[in-house]
Amino acid sequence: MPIVLFRVDERLIHGQVVVGWGGQLRPDVFVVVDAGLAASEWEQELYRLGVPEGATAKFLSPETARHDLQPLRESPERTVILTRDVETMLALARRGNMEGESVNLGGIHSQAGREEVLPYLFLGGDDRSLLRELSAEGVVVTARDLPGSHEVSLDSLLG
Amino acid sequence: MSDGEEVRGIVLGHGLMARGLVDAVTKISGVEDGILVPLSNEGKSPQTLQEELDLLIGEGPTVLFTDLPSGSCALAARVCCKEVTRQVVISGVNLPILLDFVFNRHLSLNELVPRLLSKGIGSVKSVPDFSEHANRPL
Repeated sequence: MPIVLFRVDERLIHGQVVVGWGGQLRPDVFVVVDAGLAASEWEQELYRLGVPEGATAKFLSPETARHDLQPLRESPERTVILTRDVETMLALARRGNMEGESVNLGGIHSQAGREEVLPYLFLGGDDRSLLRELSAEGVVVTARDLPGSHEVSLDSLLG
Repeated sequence: MSDGEEVRGIVLGHGLMARGLVDAVTKISGVEDGILVPLSNEGKSPQTLQEELDLLIGEGPTVLFTDLPSGSCALAARVCCKEVTRQVVISGVNLPILLDFVFNRHLSLNELVPRLLSKGIGSVKSVPDFSEHANRPL
């Protein structure tokens, strides 16, 4: 089964992902790609509390996830890939590693230097550059917080 | 009894849930503002939520009530309590548990928390009674 969702969301495994997207996509595995979490068993345990019954979670460094992407695509398990920022998703996508895939922007929140694009999406100059790079890697980038919400194209996001 | 320090409560939830629960507690019990503080995760990054929670918690004994046992609210609460002994997280908050809290927050955490768990779990009921030991009428 292919990877059913690539999502950028600062909150990683949380209600919208587990209930909103999970209810529709029925993932077997949530793969969190994050260098810090991959090295912190204590934090992994916290995030595992949010994994629904019957599913599992894996925590991989960006380097490991890049190598594991093809096996994950070929796995019989339905997989959701989560990163907390665009930079990490781009690290996965470099050198055409995700060409033809779609990435969902689901939650990048307010902080200094970012401006509101959508209620759940705040982008700064660096984010915009990284999103353009992600698109140049052959990835289709759109924003949508929940499956039933309006999908917004990258062109619209970048204005 | 505690050593004179009354326990504070923070209700952490999605959307307007925390504010609604605290409003209901205030209207039912008449307790003063500040005993129960609502906090929503709406539109906040995990870091922002964590920072706001850190500011609210302070030094005294505190119970952090969260709506779900997992997700961004529960995660922030658990991280705040990682290295402290005077804060406790209770997930699955409901109105009966909060009402019991405001009238018994003079108790020590060791006395108060088991009481709140019992009250919260025990208040979830169906009519007719479909509980495990009930003689099901349907």
